[in-house]
Amino acid sequence: MATVASTPPADAIPRRPNALVTFAKAQPLGLFGLFIILVYVACAFGAHWISPYDPEEIDFAAMISAPGAQHWFGTDQYGRDVLSRIIYGSRTALAVGIISSVVGCVLGALLGATSGYFGGRIDSLIQRVVDIMLSFPIIVLAMVVVAVLGKLTVAGVDLNLIAAITLPIIPRMARVARASTLSIVALPFIDAARAAGFGHTRIILRHIVPNIVAPFLIMVSASMAQAILLEASLSFLGLGVTEPTPAWGLMLSGTSADFYQTAPWMILFPGLAITLAVFAFNLFGDSLRDWLDPKMKS
Amino acid sequence: MIWYVLRRLLLTIPTLLGVAIAVFFLIRVMPGDVVVVKLRADGAAVSDEAIEAERKRLGLDKPLYQQFGEYMAGLPTLDLGKSLWTGEPVTKEIAIRMPVSIQIAVMAGLIAIFIAIPLGTISAVYRDTWIDHVVRVIAVSGLAIPSFWLGMLMIMALLTIFNWLPKIGYVPFWQDPIANLAVTIWPAASVGYRYAAVATRMMRSSLLEVMREDYIRTARAKGVWQALIMRRHALRNAMLPVVTVIGLEFAFLIGGLVVTEQVFNINGIGKLFVDATTRGDFNLIQGLVLLIAAIFIFVNLIVDLLYGWLDPRIRLT
Repeated sequence: MATVASTPPADAIPRRPNALVTFAKAQPLGLFGLFIILVYVACAFGAHWISPYDPEEIDFAAMISAPGAQHWFGTDQYGRDVLSRIIYGSRTALAVGIISSVVGCVLGALLGATSGYFGGRIDSLIQRVVDIMLSFPIIVLAMVVVAVLGKLTVAGVDLNLIAAITLPIIPRMARVARASTLSIVALPFIDAARAAGFGHTRIILRHIVPNIVAPFLIMVSASMAQAILLEASLSFLGLGVTEPTPAWGLMLSGTSADFYQTAPWMILFPGLAITLAVFAFNLFGDSLRDWLDPKMKS
Repeated sequence: MIWYVLRRLLLTIPTLLGVAIAVFFLIRVMPGDVVVVKLRADGAAVSDEAIEAERKRLGLDKPLYQQFGEYMAGLPTLDLGKSLWTGEPVTKEIAIRMPVSIQIAVMAGLIAIFIAIPLGTISAVYRDTWIDHVVRVIAVSGLAIPSFWLGMLMIMALLTIFNWLPKIGYVPFWQDPIANLAVTIWPAASVGYRYAAVATRMMRSSLLEVMREDYIRTARAKGVWQALIMRRHALRNAMLPVVTVIGLEFAFLIGGLVVTEQVFNINGIGKLFVDATTRGDFNLIQGLVLLIAAIFIFVNLIVDLLYGWLDPRIRLT
């Protein structure tokens, strides 16, 4: 009787190690950052269930009450629960942060890949534009967009605010993408693709873009931190999210500065929320860079 | 050298011109109307005729090409038009507010240099010890803490501990240095922290890289005293990237000031920019954007000159 070779026991098969596990082992700090990010994501999605109060509910009986059992982080001058506003605020921060950094990085990557692939005149033209954009502080560029476009609110999200935060991300990603593209264009498989008669669009999208995924991911997580900080700054200046939408920067702006002594919690907690979020994305981004591409420097 | 500087200065003209043209057209497509905002603020009832008259007074009724021509004609003489809000020349509005912002920026830069170079060096020398970890935590927090919030924390601490607040109002340094510093030191420290954090990280990584070089090993093998190796061989070579970062970030300090001046109620360039943006005063926005571009170009030139000084192998031709 012929025996059929039995499959070896499952644990003997060499498995490709899980990406998350190897990342966690190599970059414990990055894992910590990721954990904080996931907490924020949970807050954003579950705000409705997690937050103890309605973030916009005005309660004059509980104005400016100190942190305690009723209101863990205290209340503001309208009696709104600070903790609930922070939890709902993570929605604003993450929505603006994720949309603008992903859109900004996609546009930047395409621009950079095009620039690096074609070279020559197209390259120098794109690079001059990128240079000019890079010579402005992020917030200045964003404020010019805000001034030019005004507000355009669709489904509770100010699209022009997102555009303002997206714009400064594009040239930064374009720089990185161009540098990576230049090293890929020199490789033989691009020549092969050209020889096979593929069009430029196909070569860029199918052959170059997949090869610059690592720097792309690194830039996305790094610009997320930037975007959150920028949104908070703009909202603080009164140029971003407007009342009554809960947003961290907005919680620090306007009259909350009158309560330095009487209600320090109104200033402490939203600022902590911003700092921790930016810290987490920076930590995660740095670790991702070390893990994916030890040679790349920001 | 002189030729190099002159050529670089000449090269800034087309760049600034490009920025000027871009900003002009970018801003004119703005849908908001500054005149309406100005006259109908707080829901005041103002007739359409009055708005039209004001528009005429400001020269906004002219066709775009004519406005552009006048704007371009004014550029060589630094005539950037008048603020649409106050009616004063843009250059005057900016000039009033320049000193305080420049002073705060320079102070923040000094704070950053005096913190970053020693701290980054210590961190690199004692790599992976607790000292290094402490320095790195300080640096990473500097990147995460929004400078305006740090400023608010400072105000809060001053109020709680000393029951004292920095006065509003700027006194020039040569008139009363103490009163001047009492106002400017806080915003300088709050934007300086982030600046120092960026530079410390760069100092650390750049020094670590240099210390792996062969010539450092050679010096050590020769028996050169460690402190001398650091001073003569390592630090000087590690300074190049740090100088770059300090230079580039200096231009970006204006960005930090935009928000922080608001916190401390300092009437500088940053606050002016925020006001101009909220009011849609595009002549002023235009002038400020040009100013920031000019600062950036100028700082870049200085950085390049410093390169040649730090590393004589780099020839400036």
